[in-house]
Amino acid sequence: MSMRIFVPRDSTALALGADAVATAIALEAARRQLDVVIVRNGTRGMLFLEPLVEVDTPAGRIGFGQVDSSDVASLFDAGFHLGQSDHALALGLVENLPYLARQQRLTFARAGITDPLSLLDYEAHDGYRGLRRALAMTPADIVATVTASGLRGRGGAAFPTGIKWNTVLRAPGVQKYIVCNADEGDSGTFADRIVMEADPFMLIEGMTIAGLAVGATRGYIYVRSEYPHAIAMLDAAIVQAELHGFLGANVLGSGRAFHLEVRKGAGAYICGEETALLESLEGKRGIVRAKPPLPALSGLFGQPTVINNVLSLAAVPLILDKGAQFYQDFGMGRSRGTLPVQLAGNIKHGGLIELAFGVSLRDILYEFGGGSASGRPIKAVQVGGPLGAYLPESEWDTPLDYEAFAALWAVLGHGGIVVHDDAADMAKLARYAMEFCAIESCGKCTPCRIGSTRGVEVIDNIRNGGGITQVILLHDLCDTMLHGSLCAMGGMTPYPVLSALNHFPQDFGQAATAPRAA
Amino acid sequence: MRDTTPAGQVGAILAARPAGQDQLLPVLHAIQDALGFVPPETVPQIALSFNLSRAEVHGVLTFYHHFRSTPPARHVVQLCRAESCQSMGADALLSHAERALGCSLHGHSANGNFALEPVYCLGQCATSPAMMIDGAVHARVSPARFDRIISTLAEPA
Repeated sequence: MSMRIFVPRDSTALALGADAVATAIALEAARRQLDVVIVRNGTRGMLFLEPLVEVDTPAGRIGFGQVDSSDVASLFDAGFHLGQSDHALALGLVENLPYLARQQRLTFARAGITDPLSLLDYEAHDGYRGLRRALAMTPADIVATVTASGLRGRGGAAFPTGIKWNTVLRAPGVQKYIVCNADEGDSGTFADRIVMEADPFMLIEGMTIAGLAVGATRGYIYVRSEYPHAIAMLDAAIVQAELHGFLGANVLGSGRAFHLEVRKGAGAYICGEETALLESLEGKRGIVRAKPPLPALSGLFGQPTVINNVLSLAAVPLILDKGAQFYQDFGMGRSRGTLPVQLAGNIKHGGLIELAFGVSLRDILYEFGGGSASGRPIKAVQVGGPLGAYLPESEWDTPLDYEAFAALWAVLGHGGIVVHDDAADMAKLARYAMEFCAIESCGKCTPCRIGSTRGVEVIDNIRNGGGITQVILLHDLCDTMLHGSLCAMGGMTPYPVLSALNHFPQDFGQAATAPRAA
Repeated sequence: MRDTTPAGQVGAILAARPAGQDQLLPVLHAIQDALGFVPPETVPQIALSFNLSRAEVHGVLTFYHHFRSTPPARHVVQLCRAESCQSMGADALLSHAERALGCSLHGHSANGNFALEPVYCLGQCATSPAMMIDGAVHARVSPARFDRIISTLAEPA
């Protein structure tokens, strides 16, 4: 019997040499005349271990972490292909690694286990059960199930998904659309990418169910151009799904149609904002639209449109399969289900950690993350992407929950956490937040377009010893941006800026004072 | 015979496209994939095909950072400048890259072989800092690793 060896094709694994490892294993196996099958799986999300090579054994899959192509010969010498795990890189049974064993994998249950492009694998691991159930339900029942699950939009705004779907279901329209926002531009986030690269059929299934729920027959996945691997994976998965009747004019013989297409972004961060994304899909500049009208009523091409983040749509197949209550049973308060935390930056064990809402930041940083990569004390963590607040150590016991973060004048956003050690200059990071806003602003509203540029100047003045008048000016400017911007780009750039200033005034050359909000 | 001039290639892409203005980004991507950039002189041709003004096409083309209006260097080195990579030494890596390639960010190396560009997140944030060269992603890029990767490319910096 041939031995199965798994070498991930996730882009992080590839960025660390996984292709060379796979080639080396194939060559070495041929040289030793061994019958080895190499499966290119997705990532388990333990990105710090990539390339994580796994060997199938009767007891389970044994892992070998951070494998370099130069390690391959010694791995064979040590009998890794026979399931022996006394090589220095051996980790033992992957399922038993605490990093993985402590997680609650719902959305990422298949990630890294299956071959992302194998429909057989997907169906063998509960794939397409949700869609089959949905096909037997009325649209209103599907929407009611999603509503009852408590799922809230995972893109950052946390709007209840079922309510959005219900609006689209009830809206009159000749051609409704499902749009997936896969423009994952926030630094410190990669959960969408992992869904697309490790389990693309789950997203396709979720969008198909959304289509059935609201009566939409067309869907688009808008993926950023910085994600070429994800785009290739989705394109290949869509072809497979069409070939086997999961997409197309007659989904699984139901007589209902759902057509799906990938559209590639072009390097504009603002297109992660839903209305700018719709403009971009229509072939225009990614300029933010004023709301109302809501996209649910007048979205893509002026038609009723469900626009959801990858993770929101990816949660749907499981909710339909296991029921609303199953999902609802995870989480705390009004934050139901699981949050895929993305731990990044200056951290020893960075990766994807899917847990029910409610775990503390400190647990994530130390129990999972193992502290900073540099070994220096952690100074600040930015949660929720470039528009999220910096949190000092005094706030790390906050549970990961939308409302708890809002109470701190912070955001949970998409669940990305970027860690900075004590070498970080918070004034420089605040300046960067303004600079980034200036680079990426769509230019439609003045507070964002002009405010960001003035913000860079004012922070420069403060750093050059401008004193309290400049600090007051920065507060005023942030106040204008917060309340006067059309969307979150300008409206939330003050979060990183003011949180840095309030919590780390010494980095701005200011005496520590009582923190104040905007 | 196939017309291999830029205008000819753009014409072929436009002739093959589905109807609708929503095809503008896919068309611009196809042109850039084929030619390496979107030549400004082809803008009127694109505008005509979409029944748009030249200004509208120019507006779209220049809004998106991804599209170029000039031919790219042989190798395009994109360094991630976002927060996660900053926390893992992206600034030091940029200084190193600027020295190694002999150009500053947004610039070209003297022999024109390399362009150095910023990029804002490649989704490799758990293994920062990251960069992309000619579409291939690299993670945990130390200055030494940067030099090794550059040295595997045929052209000298």
